[in-house]
Amino acid sequence: MNPTLDRRKLAGVVVLLVLACALPFVIANYRVFQLTLVLAYSIALLGLNMLTGFNGQISLGHGAFYAIGAYAAAILMDKAAFPYWATIPIAGAVCFVAGFLFGLPALRLEGLYLALATFALGVAMPQILKHKSIEEWTGGVQGIVIVKPDAPAWTGFSQDQWLYFFTLAWVAILFFLGWNLLRGRIGRAMVAIRDQPIAAQAMGVNTAMVKSLTFGVSALYTGIAGALGAIAVQFVAPDSFSFFLSITLLTGVVIGGLASISGAFFGALFIQFIPNIADEISKAAPWAIYGIVLIAFMYVMPTGVAGFVRIVRGRLARRRGAPALR
Amino acid sequence: MSQTPRRITRRTALGAGVAVATLGGRAFAQAAKYGPGASATEIKLGQTMPYSGPASAYGTIGKLHQEYFKMLNAGGGVNGRKITLISLDDGYSPPKTVEQVRRLVEQDEVLALFQTLGTPCNSAIHKYVNAKKVPHLLLATGATKWGDPKNYPWTIGFNLSYQSEGNIYAKWLLKNKPNAKIGILYQNDDYGKDVLKGVKDGLGAAVGKMVVKEVTYEVSDPTVDSQILTLQGSGADTFVNITTPKFGAQAVRKAFDSGWKPLHIINNVSASIGSVLIPAGVEKAVGAMTVQYYKDPNDPQWKDDPAMLEWRGFMGKYYRDGDPKDASNIYAYITAQTMVQILKQCGNDLTRENVMRQAANLKNFRSNLLLTGMAMNTSSTDFYPIEQGQLAKFNGQLWEGFGDLISTNAG
Repeated sequence: MNPTLDRRKLAGVVVLLVLACALPFVIANYRVFQLTLVLAYSIALLGLNMLTGFNGQISLGHGAFYAIGAYAAAILMDKAAFPYWATIPIAGAVCFVAGFLFGLPALRLEGLYLALATFALGVAMPQILKHKSIEEWTGGVQGIVIVKPDAPAWTGFSQDQWLYFFTLAWVAILFFLGWNLLRGRIGRAMVAIRDQPIAAQAMGVNTAMVKSLTFGVSALYTGIAGALGAIAVQFVAPDSFSFFLSITLLTGVVIGGLASISGAFFGALFIQFIPNIADEISKAAPWAIYGIVLIAFMYVMPTGVAGFVRIVRGRLARRRGAPALR
Repeated sequence: MSQTPRRITRRTALGAGVAVATLGGRAFAQAAKYGPGASATEIKLGQTMPYSGPASAYGTIGKLHQEYFKMLNAGGGVNGRKITLISLDDGYSPPKTVEQVRRLVEQDEVLALFQTLGTPCNSAIHKYVNAKKVPHLLLATGATKWGDPKNYPWTIGFNLSYQSEGNIYAKWLLKNKPNAKIGILYQNDDYGKDVLKGVKDGLGAAVGKMVVKEVTYEVSDPTVDSQILTLQGSGADTFVNITTPKFGAQAVRKAFDSGWKPLHIINNVSASIGSVLIPAGVEKAVGAMTVQYYKDPNDPQWKDDPAMLEWRGFMGKYYRDGDPKDASNIYAYITAQTMVQILKQCGNDLTRENVMRQAANLKNFRSNLLLTGMAMNTSSTDFYPIEQGQLAKFNGQLWEGFGDLISTNAG
């Protein structure tokens, strides 16, 4: 966790932001599109990390919230002719309510039991989306095709570049808010509940409320990510949000680094690009390659990529004789 | 492509030589035109396939294509150009399809897309490829919506469409069992409704008289037992079974065990012996009917068929990992042949526009692995290559084709 942002870290963040802004002008549109998806995934991973990494609640069903966010945006654009940018906060709000309501009863469940309850949600979601009672809005199995938003004329950007910056803006806002939330009183309460629930309660932390709220905020992040992803892909269908998506998100969180904010980006890069690399290596067994890479990561970087980066930076700093960075 | 062997005399050989020389001269005189992905030495095609994920059993189609083009390239390629097929995994996930297809179009710059697999996956890229004007050819899905040249002039399907299939059943019933009382069970989604529409359109005015009961099920239902009992209670004597494999097996079993025993028509989706009829009990499916349009590798009547022997030779020499019992490998071979035919027709004009024109200009193209007598035809208003099929009856061990080819123009 990063309790404070010292000068050097702030400089690092600024440099990264500048790089992120320059990138879409030097790479092909198709790569820009891939990076847009990476950004969207990173928001989802930060959301899941709040729940799993910081608060210690395991969710195997966050793909469901990603789907709800995506469908909320798609339905609003397709049926109610909402502009794309207006759908993002609504998708987030819908998911916050859904997550909070799901979090309330789920409070009674601890650890593996909670994991199973969320698993049920993740498994059920594709079938719920196909259900005929809501087919009028969801388009059933066919899904919904979304019109890709054009960049405002004054920018001169391509559609992909514009969506990239649109998503990047949301990343900046949500990561700043997330960082603010996690380093403050609520963040400490979340971690305390994860590590010592009884002590936390004794210290006056309203565990029930904090846990439900964490669930809600986590779902909000994931839902916004789903909406941004759907707009970039221009299509939603039940098959886009199979149960495997939930597992993918959890994989991203663990690979990136539990309880780490920057880990969300590493995790997002992993879930976006490693399957492509696996496919390049073997058509016969892409998942076997994926599995090997996964195990290799876990062995080499047991605290996730973010943890690994932290260790390396600490060593370098010590070698230079500078005070070790935390 | 039936060839009658002819003795080659010196004169015919000479004549042929002259003809080739003049033709060649003409071809060279006419400057070759190239779109993205094509050059004097190479033609680049792209596809997405489910090598991983829930539909990975179909991955064999893409693998066979790779081997087929390898064989073709070893023999000189098409009009002297080698075919490179870039086949990418999408895990049957539509967002991944979008990403991979964008890579194929924008980074690899393929000339055309070939046999992208899956209805949801193709739905996700339908608009994109048409906006980009990339030929989107011979899709590996049965949905009827791919043949829409007016709104989607860059997309052309391949499979006998679901509506055509339903249409063929209806035509057969009208002719052979005009007094049938039909009960229909269908999956309540686009696929089920697609087949159903074909049946009803085919029956035409007779729908009201012949169809006595329609029932549906949801993919999430545990069984279809009660639906079968409803159909039985309706007095139907003919059962049109529009289901996916799991429910197909349940329906076959229940229709037999309940003592109903109607004339049973199973749609092609659930005609698999291995995954439907054996689990249901083969003795319960004797006499059931379905439609076929290409030769079944397990059917003994094709044991010595020259096309089948050629295919087995290919499987043995180039694709040893492939299962010679899997009908998908026959299907993939036919689609590869069709793609090659389109490229041959393009000659030296390898622009995307011309590829699309030629894809919509198949005239009586015959692959010998299609059922005897079948041919593919497309035109600027007809984007359905396969519009014929033959009924087959299950004899307890395998599907036996019978009767004439039935044509349809339902779409």
